[in-house]
Amino acid sequence: MNGNKEDTNKKDTNEEIVKLQKVYFSYADFVVLEDIDLNIYARDLLALIGPNGGGKTTLLKIIMGLLKPSSGTVVLFNKVPNLTRSLIGYLPQINLIDISFPISVFDTVLMGRYKGMGIKYTREDLEAVKNSLNVTGVFSLKDRHISMLSGGQLQRVLIARALVRNPKLLLLDEPMSGVDPEMQASFYELILELNKRMAMVFVTHDVSAISVYFDRVACLNKRLYYHGPKEGSLGKLEETYGCPVEILAHGIPHRVLKEH
Amino acid sequence: MEVFQYEFMRNALLAALLVNIACGIVGTYVVIKKIVFISGGISHAAFGGIGLGYFLGLNPIIIAIPFSIASALSIGIISKKTKIKEDTAIGIVWALGMALGILFINLTPGYAPDLFSYLFGNILTVPVSDLYIMLALDLFIIIIASVFHREFSSISFDEEYSAVIGIPVRALYFVLLCLVALSVVILIRIVGVILVIALLTIPASICRQFTYNIKKLVVASIITGVVVTISGLILSYFLNISSGAAIIILMSAVFLLSFFIRSILYRYKKLRSRKVN
Repeated sequence: MNGNKEDTNKKDTNEEIVKLQKVYFSYADFVVLEDIDLNIYARDLLALIGPNGGGKTTLLKIIMGLLKPSSGTVVLFNKVPNLTRSLIGYLPQINLIDISFPISVFDTVLMGRYKGMGIKYTREDLEAVKNSLNVTGVFSLKDRHISMLSGGQLQRVLIARALVRNPKLLLLDEPMSGVDPEMQASFYELILELNKRMAMVFVTHDVSAISVYFDRVACLNKRLYYHGPKEGSLGKLEETYGCPVEILAHGIPHRVLKEH
Repeated sequence: MEVFQYEFMRNALLAALLVNIACGIVGTYVVIKKIVFISGGISHAAFGGIGLGYFLGLNPIIIAIPFSIASALSIGIISKKTKIKEDTAIGIVWALGMALGILFINLTPGYAPDLFSYLFGNILTVPVSDLYIMLALDLFIIIIASVFHREFSSISFDEEYSAVIGIPVRALYFVLLCLVALSVVILIRIVGVILVIALLTIPASICRQFTYNIKKLVVASIITGVVVTISGLILSYFLNISSGAAIIILMSAVFLLSFFIRSILYRYKKLRSRKVN
């Protein structure tokens, strides 16, 4: 992976698109996020790991403006989140999708082109759907019902739905769940290819992939343990680890990161 | 057939059509958005509106309109804006509506003559004035559903993503609940508050096994609903049984049959695709 050299470039040349400062979030009395500072740059590929219930999805929702932080500031593309939704692509967790729902692959992706009440889909929208289905390699499945797809194919369809809005920032919530092991490599290739055009936040439990594919790792367990670019950060990673990562990857994640 | 020469039979046929237009459209969303029990709650709560109608000496169907919209919105608001769970909200509004209905009828002097028909429905006694109300509500439902069909589909499929792409998810959910309330009102005359939920859900459940296109699903549900309602009506005429019960028993039988047909078709398809490969 030649990520190291690129990393330096990225920091210098790319604009900052997400800036979270001192963000807190709680549901009633239950604190979910505490003192989160996070910066994402235009070509970042950030892996977000952390135990279940650590607040990963909540953090994504705050970035999208679906949830308001209890305190702290969120700035996206130099604006408040609500005004920037058209710049964000989102892939929800696959287990939230009801695959028995009566909708075809094409219509699922077309949903992503929604621009407002009463605004009809144009030929341009249909073309955009075609394109994203081609980019993610599932165009041939366009007329299928979504229940007639494998887990990996469904993920590709949902990524196409996120891409069809031409986002500058793509938030992927556990995109690898449901993807067959033998399909994972090609899936990561797709992600890296897309990363040339947009920043990505990639929530994952697949810690072994982190060392191979990702520039930056952030671990979220109420607080964010942000590890920055890989170089030089691994020592710090060890010191600062307040994060019980072992919960999330069969007990070996620390070693995976250390061996690197 | 000679039975259709009677005026009440012609009215019954018209009612069957009007009812199933509402059921086909709203029932489709009730089924795919999985709000069957919310709809059950709304329909039972509508009985409060019927009772209030008796008490005020007005047409119970008219009074049931604002009453069931109010109960639909209460369920929606309680479950989305407070910490009370949705099924709890449904249970409370469900029972409260019925209790209020009984209370109002107790307070009404004299005897409530056709109360039973509001509980179990009677397609043969639908007055012409109620047909007009049903027609107006149908038109309203058609307009709202055709304006918001993309939004309704989207929030039924994936609420979170819908919010991300800028759909006012909660407001449209409340609009959808109001449409359910209006359909309930249309249905009360035909099958009564207790059986409403069957007519609202069974046709769409039958048809969704055979199509994954929502527009086709709506049309197929309307056709299925009309055919089964009229068949049930004829059946009840010849067997001399209650029309509401006949319609729903027949509908359930068709659902069961469709389920078996679907399983056989599915197996056949699988077999064929294996041969091709």
